[in-house]
Amino acid sequence: MAVIETENLTKKYNGLTAVDNLNLKIEEGEIFGLLGPNGAGKTTTLLTLTTLIEPTSGTARVNGFDVVKQSDLVRKSIGIVFQDPSSDEILTGYENLKLHGLLYGMEPSLREKRIKDVLELVDLTDRKNDLVKKYSGGMRRRLELARGLMHHPKILFLDEPTLGLDPQSRTHIWQYIEKLQKEENISVIITTHYMEEVDRLCNRMAIIDAGKIVVLGTPEELKKVIGGDVVTVKTENPNIAAVKKLDFVKKIETKNGLVYLTVTDADKNLSEILQAIGKVESVEVHKPTLDDVFIHYTGKEIREGEAEGGWANKIINYNRKK
Amino acid sequence: MSERSGLYAIWYREFKVFLREKSRIVASIINPILWLLVFGGGLGSSISVKGTNYQAFIYPGILAQAALFSSIFFGVYIVWDRKIDFLKEVLVAPISRTTIFVGKILGGATDALIQSAILLVLGAVLSWSGIIPGLNLGILSIVLSLFILFITISALVSVGLIIGSKMESPEGFQLISSFLLFPLFFLSGALFPINNLPAWLAPFVIIDPLTYPVDALRKIILGTSHFSLMTDFGVMLGFLALVIIIGTYAFKKMKV
Repeated sequence: MAVIETENLTKKYNGLTAVDNLNLKIEEGEIFGLLGPNGAGKTTTLLTLTTLIEPTSGTARVNGFDVVKQSDLVRKSIGIVFQDPSSDEILTGYENLKLHGLLYGMEPSLREKRIKDVLELVDLTDRKNDLVKKYSGGMRRRLELARGLMHHPKILFLDEPTLGLDPQSRTHIWQYIEKLQKEENISVIITTHYMEEVDRLCNRMAIIDAGKIVVLGTPEELKKVIGGDVVTVKTENPNIAAVKKLDFVKKIETKNGLVYLTVTDADKNLSEILQAIGKVESVEVHKPTLDDVFIHYTGKEIREGEAEGGWANKIINYNRKK
Repeated sequence: MSERSGLYAIWYREFKVFLREKSRIVASIINPILWLLVFGGGLGSSISVKGTNYQAFIYPGILAQAALFSSIFFGVYIVWDRKIDFLKEVLVAPISRTTIFVGKILGGATDALIQSAILLVLGAVLSWSGIIPGLNLGILSIVLSLFILFITISALVSVGLIIGSKMESPEGFQLISSFLLFPLFFLSGALFPINNLPAWLAPFVIIDPLTYPVDALRKIILGTSHFSLMTDFGVMLGFLALVIIIGTYAFKKMKV
């Protein structure tokens, strides 16, 4: 059964099309990644699927319910971890979870049991009575992850779950997401612009650019599309003609004094390439990554580290202003 | 079931935050005391109003002023909630926008009522010790005053929330609300009697919704008033109904 199904979903803001005729189907139990640069329409898609904004046209069904006409039923079926911090820092971790349980109308006994369970899942049991303002960025994300799960949602949405976190916290969050998908058996939808995140976590992924889905498949399938290993050669006078004659070279591109080759079995064929190309300064061989896939489909690199919605930065600004 | 528990959730959060931010309570008490003792005491040394001690005369007005400021400013917290994503967490919960709005009113009203109760008890002490003579603040009149203040505060918190639901920045909220606060306060007759006003001023005083609770509080605490208690009540309830209707609509239209 499809837990999410959109049909020509479109959202326009003042004439600007943020999401453009999106058709997407996500199956039960999947971890699905929506990958794209900033401003590609990932968050808008997510806000529409979670009923927080209404689509301009088209329809979307979440857990079988229409996001506009049955928004209450949709909201009961989903859990969300937002891009920006969404816990109250003047409350303790426990109080934030209790508040969530009340908002979702959970029975007190079930609520207390779930608080205990999810706190254990994200290793925050011993910090539950500390004010959230004393938490680190990573801990706060974990708390919000726990909160998103508390009411047994069928589908969990994670909007840039590791944006602005240090590498160690990021790995932690990934481990929790893997654990919870196994233990709670729910579908997870992640938006991100980190390739490693999709590669590590997702069963299937879609690359989204300018509001449209560019390509959709498993990370392995998409990497296969590249058609071989990537060999980057630095050389002053490449003998392109000679390289072209080699039948295991699928694609040649030159940019800024570098030659990019797509090669089948690069390990075996490297010496022949180097003989053909002439005097070589340096060479690098790597298996195709999602970065290569992204460049292949969109013609541009995904820009990292300049996200305007830096999670940690927002907390800092918020504290400063207050 | 879910709506009632949601209503409690919204109130629970506001109340917990209020209890934890003690500086909010202290600041909200200090200002009215300064008005009462310094402004009232200073001006009162040379004037009195129809035989009533000036400090006693403005005491009901200062109660209303304290309620006005803390109620309207309560709306700024919704702007802060929007700055981070806490507002989304609430809006995405399976409860109606009306429940969220009413929960916020009750949360804000609790804060402002606690402040009012402290000021009422303080007034009783000041009167009993002879510092501000002539305040009738027995149990019954304190309860009645709190009732009047509850209606006033609920309406004013709604006004604050309506402004907050439209504002993107706390600075913007501050700007808009200060445009509103001072006219409401000065025109309410909190600091002067309203029975002998110049012709140009009287209409402004009559359309100020704060005029009526000030008048009603004066009736209860000092035994004098300009309008009948029924008129005061009618206007207050009408104003409350109006802002609740507008507020419910504003919350339904509120963007994330």
